[in-house]
Amino acid sequence: MSLYLLCFLLFCIGLYGVLRKRNIVKIIVGLGIMEYAMNLFFVLLGYRTHGRSPIEASNQQILNMVDPVPQALVLTSIVIGLAVTALFISIAIRIYEKYGTFDITKIKKLKG
Amino acid sequence: MGKEFILSLMVIIPLGTAFVISLFGKYLRNFCDKAIMVSSFLLLALSLYCRFLLTNTAGTLVYKVGGWNPPFGICMVLDGLSCFMLVTVNIVAFLIALYSLKYMEQYTDKPKFFTLFSLMVCGMNGVILTGDIFNLFVFVEIASIASYALVAFGTEAEELEASFKYAIMGSIASIFIFIGIALLYGFTSTLNMADMAKILTVKDSFRLVPFVAVLFLMGFGIKAALVPFHAWLADAHPSAPASISAMLSGLLIKTLGVYSLVRIFFNVFNAGQVHTVYLKVFMFLGALSIIVGVILAISQWDLKRLLAYHSVSQVGYIILGIGLGTPLGILGGLYHLFNHSIFKSLLFLNSGAVDYSAGTRDLKETGGLAKVMPVTYGTSLFASMSIAGVPPFNGFFSKFLIILACAQAGHIGYGICAVIGSILTLSSFMKVQKFVFLGELKEKFKKVKEVPFSMQISMIILAVVCLLGGLMFVSPLKFFLQDAVNVVTGGMSYSNAVLGGGK
Amino acid sequence: MVNNKAGMTLIVKTITRLTVGLIMLFGIYIVFHGHLSPGGGFAGGVIVALSFVHLMLVFGKDFAMAKISRNLASNLESVGALMFLFVALLGFLGGSFFHNVIAKGKPFDLFSSGTIILSNISIGLKVGVGLFAIFLALVVLEMAKKE
Repeated sequence: MSLYLLCFLLFCIGLYGVLRKRNIVKIIVGLGIMEYAMNLFFVLLGYRTHGRSPIEASNQQILNMVDPVPQALVLTSIVIGLAVTALFISIAIRIYEKYGTFDITKIKKLKG
Repeated sequence: MGKEFILSLMVIIPLGTAFVISLFGKYLRNFCDKAIMVSSFLLLALSLYCRFLLTNTAGTLVYKVGGWNPPFGICMVLDGLSCFMLVTVNIVAFLIALYSLKYMEQYTDKPKFFTLFSLMVCGMNGVILTGDIFNLFVFVEIASIASYALVAFGTEAEELEASFKYAIMGSIASIFIFIGIALLYGFTSTLNMADMAKILTVKDSFRLVPFVAVLFLMGFGIKAALVPFHAWLADAHPSAPASISAMLSGLLIKTLGVYSLVRIFFNVFNAGQVHTVYLKVFMFLGALSIIVGVILAISQWDLKRLLAYHSVSQVGYIILGIGLGTPLGILGGLYHLFNHSIFKSLLFLNSGAVDYSAGTRDLKETGGLAKVMPVTYGTSLFASMSIAGVPPFNGFFSKFLIILACAQAGHIGYGICAVIGSILTLSSFMKVQKFVFLGELKEKFKKVKEVPFSMQISMIILAVVCLLGGLMFVSPLKFFLQDAVNVVTGGMSYSNAVLGGGK
Repeated sequence: MVNNKAGMTLIVKTITRLTVGLIMLFGIYIVFHGHLSPGGGFAGGVIVALSFVHLMLVFGKDFAMAKISRNLASNLESVGALMFLFVALLGFLGGSFFHNVIAKGKPFDLFSSGTIILSNISIGLKVGVGLFAIFLALVVLEMAKKE
C-alpha cells in the first residue's frame, strides 16, 4: 500500500510542477514526472508477491511470474512519452527564439 | 480470408502514405499531392464500402489482428456507430485534402504537412475501429501528437504558444486516460472493451466505476473541449492552417472526445441502463457548453476564433443530445455530430479562403467580399444557415430533434438552453456575414480574386452535403443513423456481438 | 578525429574511440535478442542512437554529421517505419494483418520467433536513427539560434 501512496506522491509532485512553475522547461519536467508516476503505478498493478520477471528460460521452470501485460503497455506509453517530450522541447526552443524568455507569464500574445 | 480485412486497410493505408510521403516527397515533384489524393480517395471509397458490407452482413464485423481471438488478441470492430464515424471522417478528410493541395502552397514544407495529416487520419480511423481499450489510447496519442505538431506548423509566435498550451492540456488528458485504463485493467484483467463490459457487469464494480468514469470524463472531456476544459481550443484551432483548423474542429474533437466518451460510457460502463447518473453529467456539461461557448463566441472579432468558440457550443449540443439517453436524443446528437463536421469544416475552409485571398481574417477590416468571391460567399452562406439552424439545411433538423427530445424527456430547462444557444448562434453568424461578405467593398480589396478551383470545388461539395444532409433523416437514408443509434442504446449488446462474432 | 580543436579533450576522445563500437554492438545485440531476453527494438534502438549521440558530444557536430547526415537519418527513419508495416503486411499471406507467417523454429534459438525478429530490427532501425535525428534537429536549432 505504501508503494501506491509513494506513487501518488510522485504524481502530485509532477502536478505541482505543471501547475505552479512558471518556467516552460520546468513544466515539461513536471509532465515527465507525472508520466513516470503513472507508468510506475501501472507496473505495480501487475506485481504479484514474490513474482519474478516474465521471461521464459530454457533450463528452469518458472512458477510465479508477474503480469507481463502492464509491462508491455508501459513500454508503449514510455515511447509515446518520448515523442511528446521531444515535441515539447522543440516547441520550447522555438518559443525561446520568438519571445526570448521561458517565463509563461510573459508569453501571452493570445488572448480573448 | 474474409472481407473483414478491409478494416485493417483503413489503418494501413494512411500509415503507409504518411511514411511514403516523408520518404519520397522531398525528391519527387508533386508526388505528395498525388499520394495524398489517391490514399484519401481510397479511404473514402473503402469507408463507403464498409457501410455496404455492414448492410449485407446485418450486424457486427470483427477483424482479429494476427489471428488471435478477441478476449486475448487485439480486434477491430465495425458496427453501426463506428461505420457512421468512419464515413464522416473520411468524407471530410478527403475534401480537406483536396482543399489543402493549393492552400498549403503558401507554407514551405508540403510533404511534412501531408505526412502529419495522414498520421492524424490514421489515428482517427484507428480510434474509431479498434476494440481494444489500450489501442484506443495509442491511436488517440498518434492523432493528438500529429495535431500538436500541425497547430505549430506555421512556427510563428502565436502558433507556438497555442501549440504549447494545447500540448500541455492534451498530455494531461492522456495521463488521466492512461490512469483510468490502468485501473480498469487492474480490476478486470482484460483490455478488450467487450470483455471488459461483460466482467464489469458480473463483478461488483460500483466502487471502481465512478472513479474511472471521472478520470475518463476529464481526459476525453479535455480532448472534446467540453466547457470546464475548453480553454485550449480557442487558441489552438485558430492558430493552425485553415485546413487543419477544419480537421481539428470538424473531426478531431469528435473522434477523440465524443466518440470515445460514447463508446466507453455507453458500451463499456453501460451508462444507458445502469450508471444513469453520468447521463445527467453529460447533459449538464452539454448545456453549459452550449451557453458558455456561444457567449464567448459572440464577442470575437477574429473570424477563426469566433468559429472555434462555436465548436465548443456545438459539441455541447452533441453531448446534450447523447446525454438525454432516449433514442430520439441520441439520434439528434449523432445527427448533429455529422452535420457539425460538415458545416464547421466548411466554415473553416471559408475562413481559410478569405485569409488566402484577402490576407486578413479580422472582421473589422474585411467587408463586401461577396462581390469578388462569389463561391466563398455562397458556400459560407449555406454553412452559416446550417449552423444557425435555418430550416431547409441540415443543422435545423438535428437541433430540432435535440430540442424535441429534451421536451419529450421532460428536461424543459435544457431545451430552453438549446434554443437560446441557437438564437445567439444565428446572431453571431449574421455578424460574420455582415462584416465579411456584405456591405461596401473596400478599396484595397478591389483586386482580390476568387480562390483556385480545387479549393472552390471542395467547398462546393461540402455545401451540397450541407443541403442534402437534411435528407438523411428521411427513410431511405435513415438506416445510416439508425444503426449507430441502435449500438449506443443497445449498451451491452455491443459486448455480446463482439465476443459472439469472434468465433 | 583529425581535427583536435573540436569536441572534448584527448582522453575522452581516446576512450570514446575504444568504447563507441562496443556500445553500438551492444545495442544491436539487444535488438536481435528482443524475443529471448529483455529489450527489443526500442531499447536497442535507443542504445544505438546513444552511441551516435556520444560520438557527437565528443568529436563535435561535423564528425557525427559526416557519418549520418540529417537527411539520411530522416530517410532511414521512414524506411524503418515502412519495413515494419511491410512485416505486418506479410501477415496477409497467413490470413490476417500481423499474422506470424514465418516458421517459428526451435525455442531459444536466435532465429526462432518468425516475424518478431524482423519487426524488432525495423523498430530498432526506426528508433535508432529517429532518436538521433531528433537530437540532431534540436542541436541544429540551437546552433542556428546562436549565429
